[in-house]
Amino acid sequence: MFDTEELVINMGPQHPSTHGVLRLVLKTDGEIVSEVVPYVGYLHRALEKIAERVTYIQFMPFTDRLDYLAAMNCNFAYAGAVEKLAGIEVPPRAQGLRVIFSELNRIASHLVFFGTCGLDLGAWTPLLYAFREREMVLELFEMTCGARLTYNYGRIGGVSFDIPPEFEKETLEFCDYFVPRIKEYNELLTGNRVFVHRTANVGVISQEQAKRYSLVGPNLRGSGIKFDLRKDEPYWGYEKYDFNVPVGAGEYGVVGDAWNRYWVRILEMTESVKIIRQALAQLPSGDIIAKVPKVFKPPVGEAYFRAESPRGETGFYIVSDGTQKPSRLRIRTGSFTGVSIIPEVGKGAMISDLVAIVGSMDIILPEIDR
Amino acid sequence: MYDIINYFVTNVKILQSIPFWMVQAAFMLAGCGAVLGVAALFAGVGSVVERNIAGRIQARYGPNRVGPWGWMQFLADGIKLVLKEDLIPDASAKMPFRLAPYFIFTVAFAAFIVVPFSQKLQIADLNIGILYIISVSSIVVIAILLAGWSSGNKWSLFGAMRSAAQIISYEVPVTITILAVIMMAGTMSMQEITAGQSGGIWRWFIFRYPLFTIPAFLVYYIASIAEVNRTPFDIPEAESELVAGYHTEYSSMRFAMFMMSEYVNVLAVSAIAVTMFLGGWQSPYPGHIFPGIWSNIEGLFWFFSKTFFLVFLMMWIRWTLPRYRVDQLMDLCWKVLLPVSFINLFGICAWMLLA
Repeated sequence: MFDTEELVINMGPQHPSTHGVLRLVLKTDGEIVSEVVPYVGYLHRALEKIAERVTYIQFMPFTDRLDYLAAMNCNFAYAGAVEKLAGIEVPPRAQGLRVIFSELNRIASHLVFFGTCGLDLGAWTPLLYAFREREMVLELFEMTCGARLTYNYGRIGGVSFDIPPEFEKETLEFCDYFVPRIKEYNELLTGNRVFVHRTANVGVISQEQAKRYSLVGPNLRGSGIKFDLRKDEPYWGYEKYDFNVPVGAGEYGVVGDAWNRYWVRILEMTESVKIIRQALAQLPSGDIIAKVPKVFKPPVGEAYFRAESPRGETGFYIVSDGTQKPSRLRIRTGSFTGVSIIPEVGKGAMISDLVAIVGSMDIILPEIDR
Repeated sequence: MYDIINYFVTNVKILQSIPFWMVQAAFMLAGCGAVLGVAALFAGVGSVVERNIAGRIQARYGPNRVGPWGWMQFLADGIKLVLKEDLIPDASAKMPFRLAPYFIFTVAFAAFIVVPFSQKLQIADLNIGILYIISVSSIVVIAILLAGWSSGNKWSLFGAMRSAAQIISYEVPVTITILAVIMMAGTMSMQEITAGQSGGIWRWFIFRYPLFTIPAFLVYYIASIAEVNRTPFDIPEAESELVAGYHTEYSSMRFAMFMMSEYVNVLAVSAIAVTMFLGGWQSPYPGHIFPGIWSNIEGLFWFFSKTFFLVFLMMWIRWTLPRYRVDQLMDLCWKVLLPVSFINLFGICAWMLLA
């Protein structure tokens, strides 16, 4: 008489907590999700194909559109790949600036994560707190390169502008202001019982799973694997700076749950502040860009360069045929593997848990769809 | 209300020439209209106040453009909503879909019939006042189910199902706590419950048997937050999970009705909490400052200050906490609130017997 069946339901592409245009097709039995299939591609702009039609120098603004919350990191990673291909030596000052802006952008990006993660779990206030501080970072960027979201600040061989004179003072002021704010965040959200209930032991990714799906960045470190490109494959002089790589320890639940992924990011913000302070203190004077010819033609060959971005690693693989344009350009981003693991982690979770899992992965769709 | 009617009938000559039932009906209608007006105004002003409070909590300004300090914002919102198209989705069951907002709107206001705003200001002092409130507030479930089911939207359905489970579960601790109050007051009439708490702050039911009545108040307050679906228990309309829950498909004035009934419900549960635990219109000091009929003003003042304080607490909680998951919500209800409310009931019972 009664016929029960699983309810197939579309979560997205228009849904408040899919961080843009992710589409998850859920099979649910009541509140329990029995199957989840992510569909990506709603934001596909064929960036890799575009790269074959524009010159190396012209492609730089396109990398802004990869991960719009961490455009600096994408800029520099692309520049790094081209430099590796052409064997260009980046001047020390440019390296220091890259480190400073990478870390500032990491803070800005993690702040957005902090806000949206709270938002996904129903807390509105953290978002506004996070944006208050992010605003200050954006002002530092605006002061230097004039843009607030898509910076186009990286250049092949260096960066586009030197920092203005008041930059150092204001950055240090921001650092002093920001560290106590993290404590405020912890009081507001991190240790909140409801938040812990919602994230601890939810969406657990074991070390083995994390490796199998080749997770990167904070998602990997949340599972307790200490791997950070800044430490393990240092570039731009990261080896000079003293900082820790936080990994998930399972304070409230098991290692690798959503809470650990969240906590790793909060700790990383403190580490970034440490790096910024050191980099500012050690910033050498000199050129900000290496001598690169106007008509830039790298030698025939191929190169892969990866840098630690807020969402894991951003890697560019470039094949050059000796012309002004890349023969093939391939981008590897951290969010993609984050989405790939959702079907496995989300199985058997509740709909609310799924939101927490997607939120804790800190995925960003333009980076996945490219 | 009868006192007021009698006062007018005896003092105004012209009313004596009209049949008494007509006078009574007219006064009742006017009273209901006034309460409706006050509650609807609160729904409007409450939304502006909430947005302002949220703004302050979130380190930003709230609405501050329409009218002085943004106080006219709710009028602008209301006009905007009325002017919008009233969309009725193809997939919906038309009749219940249209009906649901009126339903929820009506039951939200119905609770105010028995709320004593002051000594005399009360529409009807039913001798089963509290029972009436319990039954009326349960009808909300039907309205929400109606809205969610008839929308023809899976997210709405989820919201409605969650809501039904939640409200019915939380009715249980609420009712048991109310039972404790009925026991202390020895009556179900709202006016008499208030009268039983006269004589200053220490005579209020919340401080009557402090070991049990303070937890009882907390249980009632927490459960009533859950009953009006506000954070941290707003799972039926959790926008990051269910888009907007049971009112996803509603637009225009029908949506406004859901919004209004939410605020009216907030006011209602706070008013009931005040009546049952915080002395209703009784002042925190014994007696009145104003003499005679003017003490009603004092009563109104104390009633609304206490009610608005509880409303403010709800807003404060809403903008601070994340949202519970649906199973954790049930855990809280059945494993924490229900046992605590039983302990309170028995504790108060024993204390009354021994004292």
